[in-house]
Amino acid sequence: MSVFSSLLGFCFNLFEPVFRLGQKWLGASRIGWLFVGPNLVVIGIFTFLPIIINFVYAVTGGVNLLPTQRPFTGVENFSILLECRDYTDLQTCRSDIFWRSIFNTIKFSVIQVALMLFFSLVTALVLNRKIIGRGFWRGVFFYPVLLSPVVVALIWKWLLQSQGVFNAGLVAMGGSPMDWLLDRHWAFFWVVVVSIWAHMGFYTLILLAGLQAIPKDVYEAAEMDAAPPSRVLLRITLPLLMPNLIVVLVLVMIRAVQSFDEVFVLTGGGPGSATTFIVQYIYLTGFAEQIHLYGLAAAASLILAIGLMALTLAQLRLSKAGDAGKVKK
Amino acid sequence: MANFLTRTRGRNHLHWTDWVSYGYLLLGLIVMFGPVLWLVMSSFKTESALSQFPPSFLPYSQKSVAVAGYDKPLPLFLAKDEQGQLRELVQVRRIGIVATMVDPQQPQTEIRININDRRPVNELKFASGNYTELFGKFAFGTYLRNSVFITVVATLITLLFNSMAAFALSKYQFTGQKTVFVLIIATLMIPPTIILVPAFLVISSMGLLNNLWGVILPAVATPTGVFLLRQYMLTIPDELLEAARMDNASEWRIYWKIILPLAAPAMAVLAIFSFMWRWNDFLWPLIVLSTSENFTLQLALNAFQGELNTQWHYLLAMTVITLIPISLVFTFLQKYIATGIASAGVK
Repeated sequence: MSVFSSLLGFCFNLFEPVFRLGQKWLGASRIGWLFVGPNLVVIGIFTFLPIIINFVYAVTGGVNLLPTQRPFTGVENFSILLECRDYTDLQTCRSDIFWRSIFNTIKFSVIQVALMLFFSLVTALVLNRKIIGRGFWRGVFFYPVLLSPVVVALIWKWLLQSQGVFNAGLVAMGGSPMDWLLDRHWAFFWVVVVSIWAHMGFYTLILLAGLQAIPKDVYEAAEMDAAPPSRVLLRITLPLLMPNLIVVLVLVMIRAVQSFDEVFVLTGGGPGSATTFIVQYIYLTGFAEQIHLYGLAAAASLILAIGLMALTLAQLRLSKAGDAGKVKK
Repeated sequence: MANFLTRTRGRNHLHWTDWVSYGYLLLGLIVMFGPVLWLVMSSFKTESALSQFPPSFLPYSQKSVAVAGYDKPLPLFLAKDEQGQLRELVQVRRIGIVATMVDPQQPQTEIRININDRRPVNELKFASGNYTELFGKFAFGTYLRNSVFITVVATLITLLFNSMAAFALSKYQFTGQKTVFVLIIATLMIPPTIILVPAFLVISSMGLLNNLWGVILPAVATPTGVFLLRQYMLTIPDELLEAARMDNASEWRIYWKIILPLAAPAMAVLAIFSFMWRWNDFLWPLIVLSTSENFTLQLALNAFQGELNTQWHYLLAMTVITLIPISLVFTFLQKYIATGIASAGVK
C-alpha cells in the first residue's frame, strides 16, 4: 500500500511544475482554467463538437463518414424518415420501420411509465413503514438496478426460453409450452416487465427518500384529527411527495424513450419490428446494416433530441407547478 | 393503504396491513432475486441436465459409476429387469430402444432392458465444468481483461479529471466560471444516444476505432461526477486553503494534498458509480469495438447469445462471472450508492 501511495505521490508531483508555471502566467484565480481544462476538452470534443457535426450529417447524404465528402441533400433525410403518402396507413410511408419504431417507443414509454410509477410508489410506501430489516428489503428491490442490461436480458431470456421455467409452469398447469419472445404481443409484454424489473429499485429509492423527508408532525396532526388512512394518503402523503413523483415521472419517461440495451439483447427488436424502438433504429441504420446511412441516423437522432427536449421542458413546467402547489410548511 | 405510512403498531401484535406488507416484500424477494438465483443454479448444471424438461431448480445430474473393465464412468439407472425387480444398473451401450446394462457388482453379466423400463438416478452435483472450460474454449480471459482495463483506467481518469474540475468550480473565482459549470452540467441533458454518429466520426478520425481507448476517453468527463464532487468540496472550509497558501504551497499541491484527501468520501461514491457505469456499458462499446479480441464481457455475452445454437451452459457461466463484481459492489457498498442517489439524484 505504501508503495502504491508513494508511486501516486510521485505521479502527482510530476504535474507540480506545470501548475507552478501556470500560476505564474495566469495568476492565482485564473489557474482555475488549468484545473477545469481536461474535463472541458473532453466534453468539448466528445459532446459539443458532435452536437454541431450532427446537423451536418442530418442534411447530407451518401455513405461516406467524412462530412467533407458528403453531398448536401437538404431536408431529404427528414423527408425519407417522415414522408407518407397516406398518414393513416403506415405501409405507405417511405420508411415505415422508422414510424413503427416511434410508435413502439411511445407505446412502450406510456405503459412502462404508468406501471413503473405504480410499482415504485407502492414499494416505497411499503418500505417506508415500520418494518424489520428495512435495509435488507431496500437492497432486494435495488439489486437488479446494478446489473448490466446484457446480464438482465440474458437472465430473462434463460427463464423465457422454450425449456425455461415459465414453460415448465405452463405445462404443470396443463398448458402447452410456447415461444414467449416469438409472439409479438408477448414479446412486448416481457420487454415491459423486464425493464420494470431492472429499473424499479432506482425510482423506489428516490421516492423513499422523498417519503422520509416528509415531516412527522404533519402525520401527528392528522392522527389527532383521527383522519382515515386513505385521506392521509390522498391529502398529505401524495401532495407532499409530488415533487419527487414528478422527478421520477420525467426520469422514467426520458429513459424509456431511450431504451435500447436490454430490449436489443432480449428480443433483437423482434419478432418482426414489434419491439424495435427509436434508438435501435438509429443503431441499425447508422452502424449495423450493410450500408451505413449516417445521415438518416443523424436525422433520426435529431428527431429523438427534439422529443427529449420537449420532455425536459415539460419537467421544468411541471416542477414549477408542483412547487407552486406545495403545502406551505 | 395509507396505514403503510406512519402508524406505529405495537411490537406484539401484527396488524393486517403488516401482514400485507410483509407478503408484498416476500413476493418482491422472489421476483427480484428468483431469476438471478435460477440463473446461478442453472450455471452449475451439466449440458445434458440443462436440456431436461421440466427443469429443476437445483443442479441435479445423472449419477455415474466407475465399473471394472470400462475406462469411463458409466451412467447409472434404476431399471426393472426380466423378473420385474428394480435394480440399479449402469448402461454400457444402447441401440434403438434396447439398452445393454450391467450390474456394477457383476460387470460380466450383460442385461438387455427396454429404455422405457428404466429411469436415470440423479444426484445433486454442482458441476464446475462450465466455468473451468470457459477459459480454454473462448478467449474469455481477453474479454475479462478488456473489461477490467476499461473499467479501471476510465474510473481513475474520471476521478482525476472530475475532481480537478470540481476543485476549480468550487474553490476559485474566475471569469467564465459560471459558464463552464453550466456547460458541464448541460451535458446531463444530452444523452449519448443522440450523438452516436458524430461521436463515431470523432473517434474514427482520432484513430481510436476498435481501440479500448475509444471507449474510455469519451466517458471520462462525467457531469454527474463533477456535480457530486463540487457539492462536496463546497463544504470544505476555505481557511484551510488560505493557510496552505501562507506556507507557499502551490495550487496543485493544495489540490492533491488537502482537497483530495478531504473529498475522499465523495470520491469513493463517484468511484463506485464509475465502476458500475463502465463495467455495464453496452451501446457505445458495441459501436466502437468491432473485432472480438477487443470485446468486453458485455459484448462477448451479446455476441454469443446471438449465435444460432446458443451454448447455454457456457453462456450461463459467463453471465454469472459478469455479474459477480457488481454483486460484490452491491453487497459491500450499497450504502454509498444509496447516498449517491439521494444526494445527486443520479444513476
